[in-house]
Amino acid sequence: MATPHVPAAAGDLTPELLGTPEWTDQMVAAAGIPMHDIPFLTAGGGIGSFVTVDYLRIYGVPTSHIRVVSNIDYPWQTYEFLTRCSQIPRPERIRSDSSSRPDNIWGFPSYALEEAWKEKNPRYLWNVLTEPLLNDYWTPRAGTVFENLEREAKRIGYWDMLVKGQVRMVRKRVGGGYFTVVTPPEGTAPTKRIVFRSRFVHLAVGYPGLKFLPDLQEFRQKYGDYQHVVNAYEPHEQVYEFLKTRPGTVVIRGGGIVASRVLQRLFDDREKYNLQTQIVHIFRTFITGSHGPHIWMRRKGGDGWAYQGFNYPKSVWGGQLKAEMRKLEGAARAQKYKDMGGTNTPKRRRWQEQMAQGRAGGYYHAFQGVVEKVEPAPDGRLVSHVRSKDGTIRQPVADYIIDCTGLEADIAEHRVFADLLQYSGAYRNPVGRLEVERHFEVKNTASGDGALYASGSATLGGYFPGVDTFLGLQVAAQEIADDLARRGFCRKMGPVRSTTQWFKWAFNSPV
Amino acid sequence: MVPTLFGRIQTRLFLLATVGVIVTLIIVPFLPGTSGPIGDLYATGFMVLVSVAVLGVIWEFIYHFLMQFRWEKDWPTLFGLLTFINEGLLLFFLLRTGILDSIADAPPAGAFWTHFIVVWLCVWLVANGPMRVPFIRWRFRGGRVL
Ligand SMILES: Cc1cc2nc3c(=O)[nH]c(=O)nc-3n(C[C@H](O)[C@H](O)[C@H](O)COP(=O)(O)OP(=O)(O)OC[C@H]3O[C@@H](n4cnc5c(N)ncnc54)[C@H](O)[C@@H]3O)c2cc1C
Repeated sequence: MATPHVPAAAGDLTPELLGTPEWTDQMVAAAGIPMHDIPFLTAGGGIGSFVTVDYLRIYGVPTSHIRVVSNIDYPWQTYEFLTRCSQIPRPERIRSDSSSRPDNIWGFPSYALEEAWKEKNPRYLWNVLTEPLLNDYWTPRAGTVFENLEREAKRIGYWDMLVKGQVRMVRKRVGGGYFTVVTPPEGTAPTKRIVFRSRFVHLAVGYPGLKFLPDLQEFRQKYGDYQHVVNAYEPHEQVYEFLKTRPGTVVIRGGGIVASRVLQRLFDDREKYNLQTQIVHIFRTFITGSHGPHIWMRRKGGDGWAYQGFNYPKSVWGGQLKAEMRKLEGAARAQKYKDMGGTNTPKRRRWQEQMAQGRAGGYYHAFQGVVEKVEPAPDGRLVSHVRSKDGTIRQPVADYIIDCTGLEADIAEHRVFADLLQYSGAYRNPVGRLEVERHFEVKNTASGDGALYASGSATLGGYFPGVDTFLGLQVAAQEIADDLARRGFCRKMGPVRSTTQWFKWAFNSPV
Repeated sequence: MVPTLFGRIQTRLFLLATVGVIVTLIIVPFLPGTSGPIGDLYATGFMVLVSVAVLGVIWEFIYHFLMQFRWEKDWPTLFGLLTFINEGLLLFFLLRTGILDSIADAPPAGAFWTHFIVVWLCVWLVANGPMRVPFIRWRFRGGRVL
């Protein structure tokens, strides 16, 4: 990295900078913001940044050409936080399959092979052989994923590339490339901002924000109660702790995997501690059986749920649906997303058993309904006013409400995307997120010989649907690395070099 | 790898031309119940291999069609293994009819099944993992090699 240009003034954003879409080097220098040169910068530092950097390191880019700007210390930090809140501690198994390995660009050996080898347990191999026909999909333990990410991060020198800070915006540079404005943690830099000047920038900032169901949001604000109405992605151990002290009722909202996980926790606790917990489960869309437009497109479902192993049909990560979507534009693309979309959860045998027991035992009640409002009852508990499609009105009273409906806010809630949409020519795709090319370059944001890429949930709705998953982030990373190779930033990866690099991975030797 | 139609066909042809050829070269001299000049045995062995490839292209169309009934448009690993039964039986009976006798002698049953199953297993094993090592784009392209 070149030595920073010495700042002249305050080192903060000026009105001139804020209002100008494309900046010159002089403008930045005049504002007194220290400037560092780095050819490739990735913003975010989560799983998406990690797999991209992993690809580039394996393709041969030295650590001195890459910086990861992030507000977290290690790439799986946010993921681990969200999974732990939503009831997947390290020993539990995650959703994605055996060969979705963010620490290994080849996906071989798969996690199942590794766990089978380490634990001398051939049953895992039998499981992957017979899934999803005779068995549920085999999926790795969260702990296995994190340990392997740590090993790979060390191997590629991840922490040599990490810069702590909050990315404020990315702007085009007159003459090519981009400026990334970063707010370093307080007390770590002499100025309020620092700027990186790069030819390539990659955005992988994850979810723009937590989104609440509007009626729950209203309740929380109106009554200032953030304890009894919770989102499953927030820490909410208090719910489970309370239920251990006395019998209680919980309302669950949502029909996705997070609802399944929360239910499992409630059922497990009920059994383990001999509790009396009553569970009321409200589905906005209640699925009663196989559903879909025609015989070629029918998904299994029942008891309220739509069943699917992963968050998209499996072939979006490499098969037919990936190939089909790659060709679609505009309304046709949006329609295809609609056809295969919708909230869903895997049909796991354990979960099915627990729910069946709950229904038989009269402590699990699931029904279709739209919640019109939530109010406190005279005894301080929570009354939900629920109207079902057939006109039935129910008013379940509960001690806690857990919102399991998802966490995706509009992309413009994220400052970096809002700025990009306003100043850099980026625009929305047919489902309202960031429109990217097939190689994940943000459309309409090219700057000279530079390129701006994005991956992760913000790019859902593009030519590739499975973006917000480990494997999807790796698909994006590969497209980006290959595009960078085409532009001469790194060497192409052919079969021989790939094999050599794989052996390095296997022996845990540096790239 | 979740295949597309072209991916299936390419993967099959590629793996038979590599793994299949190597396995055939190694295994033919040791096949049970065979006799005669080694050149003839290899002619028979490669005739079987080529037939698996040619008939396989037709089979792949059928598998692709059947896959359309699956919501996920996927092809479970086990299907890839068990389809040796239908393919093996069809080929075995075709060879019995003698339609390929002008090219090479049909192998005895023991030799045919040993050869066929060993090739099948090796191809299936390579397709379910090691193939991804040299070809990092293969699994994201529905099994296309080109
Ligand atoms: C509960 C849960 C379970 C999941 N399970 C699976 C699974 O089993 N398999 C699977 O394949 N996928 C799973 N996913 C989906 C997805 O793979 C993960 O969420 C993954 O972490 C997404 O990676 P990312 O890089 O896009 O986001 P993250 O890993 O969240 O990383 C983005 C990072 O950017 C940081 N950031 C944001 N803004 C800025 C800024 N301005 N400056 C600096 N840093 C910033 C954030 O703090 C965050 O740490 C799951 C998601 C959730 C929520």
